[in-house]
Amino acid sequence: MLIRQGGDLTENDVTPRGIYLRRREFMTGVAGAGLALAAGPASAIALRGEPSRYSTDEEKTSKDNVTGYNNYYEFGVDKSDPARNAGALTTSPWTVKIDGECDKPGTYDLGDFLRGNTLQERIYRLRCVEGWSMVIPWLGVPLADLLKPYGPTSKAKYVAFETLERPSEMIGQRRSVLYWPYREGLRMDEAMNPLTIMAVGLYGETLPNQNGAPMRLVVPWKYGFKSIKSIVRISFTEKQPPTAWNRSAAREYGFYSNVNPEVDHPRWSQATERRIGEFRRRPTLMFNGYGEQVASMYRGMDLRKFF
Amino acid sequence: MDRKARERIVYAAVWLACLAPLLWLAWRGYAGELGANPIEAVIRKLGVWGLRLLLVGLAISPAARILRQPRLIRFRRTVGLFAFSYILLHLSTYIGVDQFFDWAAIGKDILKRPYITIGMAAFLLLTPLAATSFNGAVRRLGPKRWRRLHQLIYLIVPMGVVHYYLLVKADHRPPLIYGGIVAALLGWRLWAARKSA
Repeated sequence: MLIRQGGDLTENDVTPRGIYLRRREFMTGVAGAGLALAAGPASAIALRGEPSRYSTDEEKTSKDNVTGYNNYYEFGVDKSDPARNAGALTTSPWTVKIDGECDKPGTYDLGDFLRGNTLQERIYRLRCVEGWSMVIPWLGVPLADLLKPYGPTSKAKYVAFETLERPSEMIGQRRSVLYWPYREGLRMDEAMNPLTIMAVGLYGETLPNQNGAPMRLVVPWKYGFKSIKSIVRISFTEKQPPTAWNRSAAREYGFYSNVNPEVDHPRWSQATERRIGEFRRRPTLMFNGYGEQVASMYRGMDLRKFF
Repeated sequence: MDRKARERIVYAAVWLACLAPLLWLAWRGYAGELGANPIEAVIRKLGVWGLRLLLVGLAISPAARILRQPRLIRFRRTVGLFAFSYILLHLSTYIGVDQFFDWAAIGKDILKRPYITIGMAAFLLLTPLAATSFNGAVRRLGPKRWRRLHQLIYLIVPMGVVHYYLLVKADHRPPLIYGGIVAALLGWRLWAARKSA
């Protein structure tokens, strides 16, 4: 049994190889946890992932801070709101709709969508557009591995993502603070980049609801808001898709939103950041320090214009 | 109880009320309850309480008139100086803790970030008001000039609200509520002035 209940494993407890996220176990685990006593800590299920060469060895941000300081406006605009309110979200059953320019559109059960993929642990830096950052041990699957089976066609130039819209459980959606549902998008090469993952867990457990359960994107060289949470729809598109923050304030949030210390947000500098848990600000790195893996995708592009 | 003793108790209560948010903040900080980003939390809370006390200060004159309690006016200075103190702490935390005296970065912020430009300008305008709040200043400036100077508050408080509004990312409700209250308090003054003219 590879995925077990209980919190007896730590993120360091990584098995050397061959950990598969198999449908039956995943679903059993979620159901067994007591029909989502709505994903409080009690219903977290232990997960394990293979270590990855993309992981940083920087000091990790404490689990309390990772799960207690969140921007997830669907559950309120204060950073302590999601931890308080996201427990109401039902994450099982969960389906994801795949559509647009691909060979196998359809609505898939979460277990089927993830089936057959090896979970990896990716310890990534996360840089929020607001000037703070964390180091988070995610558990997930490279997005490319998840998307390729649906056969994106040659017309598929972008991938668009959508968060669940369910105001009955997502109380932040009862006011139009943003355009709901939350949308995000990536260029196809960004989506297929080996750094881009679909995360289903963190700190050795399934994702807490406030962190985007049951699955969310993690794009570590972009500002955090690109890493869309609680995904219910993935569309392959020919045109650049609209994104939530860009629609809200186009001058402030571009489609690309790559971490870039030289291009300021109109209202604050992006040159430095405060790593959560640290006192002094530290310089922000180009592409959040992932230039080696991603800079080539933007060669020749004016990153001031395509911010 | 004689009048003097009663007056002392009332003053102590006003002081305590003005100090309470700071004590509460200090306690929460000491108990480690300010969240993952305590520096930002402290800056925000100090700023919001500075603004709230400015609003209270603006509400005193209308309240004194409407409630026919002219002696309420005597608390205006206390409340105003507390407001200034919160704002001074707010600014000091930004400069000394958040930016850690990185003057180049602070200078750029002031020039490039409209919300910081406005906030800093409002602070600079508020400083002479705090500095001339003692009784001798009224005598030295003459009541007319002193009053003209202190009418700057009608500009400073809206600037504070704009400062707040501009830094909010998406949920503009709180700064709009403060803005509404300020508009009402200043509107009342216009209305009262017209009526007595």
